[in-house]
Amino acid sequence: MGKMIANGLTAGVVKVESEEKNRPHGQQRFRPLNIERGIEFLLKLSAAIAILAIILISIFIFARGIPLILKIGLIDFIFNLKWSPSHGSYGIAAMLVGSLVVTLSSLIWAVPLGISSAIFMAEIAPPRIGSMLGRMVELLAGIPSVVFGFFGLIVIVPFIRTHLGGNGMSVLAGAIILGIMILPTIISISRDSILTVPAEYKEGSLALGATHMQSIKGVILPAARSGIITAIILGMGRAIGETMAVVMVTGNSTIIPGSILSPVRTMTSNIVLEMGYASGDHQAALFATGAVLFIFIVILNLVVNISIKAGKNYAN
Amino acid sequence: MSQLKLKSENIKVFYKDFQALYDVNMDIEENRVTALIGPSGCGKSTFLRTINRLNELIEGTRTEGQIYLDEQPIYEKDRDVVELRKKVGMVFQKPSVFPMSIYENVAYGPRIHGIKDRKRLSEIVERSLKAANLWNEISDRLNSPAARLSGGQQQRLVIARVLAVEPEVILMDEPASALDPISTSRLEDLIVELKKKYTIVIVTHNMQQAARISDYTGFFLNGQLVEFSSTDELFVNPRDKRTEDYITGRFG
Repeated sequence: MGKMIANGLTAGVVKVESEEKNRPHGQQRFRPLNIERGIEFLLKLSAAIAILAIILISIFIFARGIPLILKIGLIDFIFNLKWSPSHGSYGIAAMLVGSLVVTLSSLIWAVPLGISSAIFMAEIAPPRIGSMLGRMVELLAGIPSVVFGFFGLIVIVPFIRTHLGGNGMSVLAGAIILGIMILPTIISISRDSILTVPAEYKEGSLALGATHMQSIKGVILPAARSGIITAIILGMGRAIGETMAVVMVTGNSTIIPGSILSPVRTMTSNIVLEMGYASGDHQAALFATGAVLFIFIVILNLVVNISIKAGKNYAN
Repeated sequence: MSQLKLKSENIKVFYKDFQALYDVNMDIEENRVTALIGPSGCGKSTFLRTINRLNELIEGTRTEGQIYLDEQPIYEKDRDVVELRKKVGMVFQKPSVFPMSIYENVAYGPRIHGIKDRKRLSEIVERSLKAANLWNEISDRLNSPAARLSGGQQQRLVIARVLAVEPEVILMDEPASALDPISTSRLEDLIVELKKKYTIVIVTHNMQQAARISDYTGFFLNGQLVEFSSTDELFVNPRDKRTEDYITGRFG
């Protein structure tokens, strides 16, 4: 048998050599190399265009916003409660707090619900049902935000008005709508990260006599931790950046909300509500608001990267 | 002859329509190393996993027959699987250290079985790591991530993790297949040492390894236990033609 294999190998080698000899040599080698270089150039160009677009937009936002911040002072811009462009008063404190309050209150309910759903889909539901639910959740992510806003305006705002008081346009309405909108992000990313936990972890834990729930809590969730943190932070990013749905349900008063039933205005809402007629300093103040948002998002992304790196430290 | 620890009686395993094991009968003695050999897909790992009922995790798997641990049947409706797996520990092919510190890996088992006292946990961790011949190498970095250990150290850590639960039987599924020769020989020394206190069943692809460390050897082929006898007898004087062909390297 060994001899046969040896014969086969030699035959193969001979065959390759003979084919090589029949080729017109130089051309064959040269042409693929040209195509390779061409493709490489195209890929580089695409990357350069994408990066350039981002850099230009960033420069534009900061170039338009920073002069105003310098004029009135960073501290005053961020901590002044009074937003009154007609009187030349540009303080975004109320909107900054508004963005944080609405985002955090949406996270408070959407994060536990989202992670629990992800655990159910990845670990408890039969695989076929789990992946079916996963696809449905991803579909939810594709619904335009204005539709969510419309739903909030027609269903949630009146509900709050009738059952909890106030005029319904409130932090609570924003938190409910935003929570629904970020659930798909939290669920799909958490579910993916739970599904990619190596089966050996689970088997190892069960083989030690752990129950399924103990294994989820003790091994699977810690192993999926960095993915779950990423899911939360990306959800948070989406919540901070969301505009349309929030404008439609939160009432948009430039005050610091006293309760979850008070109306509130977020930074994004501020830009979209006033950009139509703003000019001069007013317009610059809106760009400055954008710059603050931009920095927020950059910080969030940094936190994501750090959490992923921290996770890698422990993984195999 | 030492005491009977495990007895398998007509074990059949089905995976959907496929029958993976046919009427396996085997007596496994206490404080002995029993090796299971055979070509890939012959059912030896499947048999190993019937002993701690781990096959049940795979959907569509059905087991018939009975296994007795200390004369108690393990395939019973009201048998506590958690309790069974506490008594029957398992080491896998790929060293599956959990993504946490060395200390946490070993303390994991005792913790899930209700031990909370820190002092006691530390004692268990130290004792288990010592028993797995790992303590001297890592006692100064118990809190560093277990994933940073070498493959051989990780496999011994997994063994320490199993020992921490104080099992009676340890199942090993090709524990050395991912290790270099030096780590393998250390692991083999450890296995021989562990049999003083535990009953060990080991699946291995490596026949020299089976010959070196085991007291009994079972040869599996196509889901059947072809031959089961003392290791010396099986390797020197196989009764079945197929066993002889396999151990002399004529197939597989």
